[in-house]
Amino acid sequence: MNSTDTRDIDAQRTATSPADNAADDARASVLRAFGWSLARDLRIAIRSKAELGVQLLFYVIVVSLFPLSTSPSRDVLGMLGPGVLWTAALLASLLSLPRLFASDFTDGTLEQIALSPRPLPALVSGKIAAHWLTTGLPVAVMAPLLGAQYALDGEALSMLAIALLLGTPILSLLGAIGAALTLGARGGGGLLALLVLPLYAPVLIFGAGAVDAVRAGVSASAHLSLLGAGLIVAIIAVPFAAATAVRIALD
Amino acid sequence: MSEFLAMGGYAWYVWMSYGAAAIAVIVEVAALRSRRKRAFDDLRMTSAAAGPVTNVRGAR
Amino acid sequence: MLINWYRFSSPVSFYPLAGTGAHVFGVLAALFAGAGLFVALYAAPTDATQGDAYRIIYLHVPAAWMAMFIYLVMAGWSAAALGFNARLSAMMAQALAPTGALMAALALWTGAFWGRPTWGTYWAWDARMTSTLILLFLYLGIIALRNAIEDPRRADRACALLALVGAVNVPIIYFSVRWWNTLHQGSSISLTVAPKMAMTMVTGILVMTAAAWCYTIAVTLMRVQAIIVERERGATWLDSLIDLRRRDGIGRSSA
Repeated sequence: MNSTDTRDIDAQRTATSPADNAADDARASVLRAFGWSLARDLRIAIRSKAELGVQLLFYVIVVSLFPLSTSPSRDVLGMLGPGVLWTAALLASLLSLPRLFASDFTDGTLEQIALSPRPLPALVSGKIAAHWLTTGLPVAVMAPLLGAQYALDGEALSMLAIALLLGTPILSLLGAIGAALTLGARGGGGLLALLVLPLYAPVLIFGAGAVDAVRAGVSASAHLSLLGAGLIVAIIAVPFAAATAVRIALD
Repeated sequence: MSEFLAMGGYAWYVWMSYGAAAIAVIVEVAALRSRRKRAFDDLRMTSAAAGPVTNVRGAR
Repeated sequence: MLINWYRFSSPVSFYPLAGTGAHVFGVLAALFAGAGLFVALYAAPTDATQGDAYRIIYLHVPAAWMAMFIYLVMAGWSAAALGFNARLSAMMAQALAPTGALMAALALWTGAFWGRPTWGTYWAWDARMTSTLILLFLYLGIIALRNAIEDPRRADRACALLALVGAVNVPIIYFSVRWWNTLHQGSSISLTVAPKMAMTMVTGILVMTAAAWCYTIAVTLMRVQAIIVERERGATWLDSLIDLRRRDGIGRSSA
């Protein structure tokens, strides 16, 4: 950092170590970068409220159409419910991932962001957080309301909400890597789906499994612990991978 | 011999498996050969278009 | 016998080594396969419970193992490609993906045909088969991404990152699928139990695995040669290759 030169000298005079100052600077820089990126993306997203509404509507329609393909019997629906609600959440996430980087990429803003002295992983994390707030969080809130269509009781519905709250951030995080890798590549959304859906599989298994466990009267704590652990690891590791992917795309 | 081919009644399953493996190997090697040929043909075309090499010692 | 291996880290010097390697390992593959097939189809005794259908195991197990190993090797080359920004490492990763996908597909196919007579169904959602299916999707994703990106160097780095992200996820995916499977299958179908193995059977599987390894190396080296020729177009050393081939009588009309 170019501002630490004078700081070093000051620090020697005031007997606090340069390392402390540099660490504080780094922490503040990361948080500031994250906050700036998050605020910017939220502002942009709020301006196109229609787009957000459409994505949520997509989720509602997919979930509501499914019973038409099977039977309306409560037993069948109860069995299918968690899977359908989760799979539709995966698809809704996939649908919204391209807008994470694409518009910034095409108008050159992404390149400016990457060139800034702020840490790119922090900036990317802000974008991902904004994506989750505008996609995953609404789905997690909406799902219990739709779950009533699938004859799920209150306990299962609350487990569904909790599992989705833990799982949808992971979807946003993993999806961001795919979105960055496919920037400027042919094949569009299909390619993104092919890359990202295999990575989504464990989230789907544990997320839907948690609701199934509650339906069966068993504890879902193991599922939730694994989802939580996955979320923590993803929050720590993915921003660096996604930042690398963005740099690769910008070369 | 016919006993060998019959594979104890499981002929369909065994030969569909071994047949698939044989086809996979043959197709992969054949595809590689044709890819190689195409690569060299392209190379020949572009180098012919570029003309003879004059700035590398030992080239013809 | 001190060879400076770094000498081979450029496409120019690696090319002839790859050619020799392809021939050597091709011959080895044929020898191992001959011995392995002899054991698999003839010498090994028929299984008591599964009959002759169990002979598919001599294809299924090596293919499944190779699908796994190739992915790990590909991830290794990908790490080298990203870490050293080396062209040849990326080319090796590029050369491995199709063979890996083929092995995964073969493992799934033979698994289905083994499952039908033995356990009554072509496809059962057991942990290994489902994980192999997802592994196939990962391979196809890497191949698709390479085809989708125009600039070869950008494609190198993007596919390398994707391969590494996939490599980290494969154990997680396998664990989660096994978890899911044990919850739902119970113990009625246990596709991970192989017939109890006589010594000949174990030898047969190992020989077939050796054959699969040698085949993979031979085919990968052949493919990386083709990739080198495709991507190094414009390099003058390639011209001498064409002249050599013409002099040797290769490549006049049908290479």
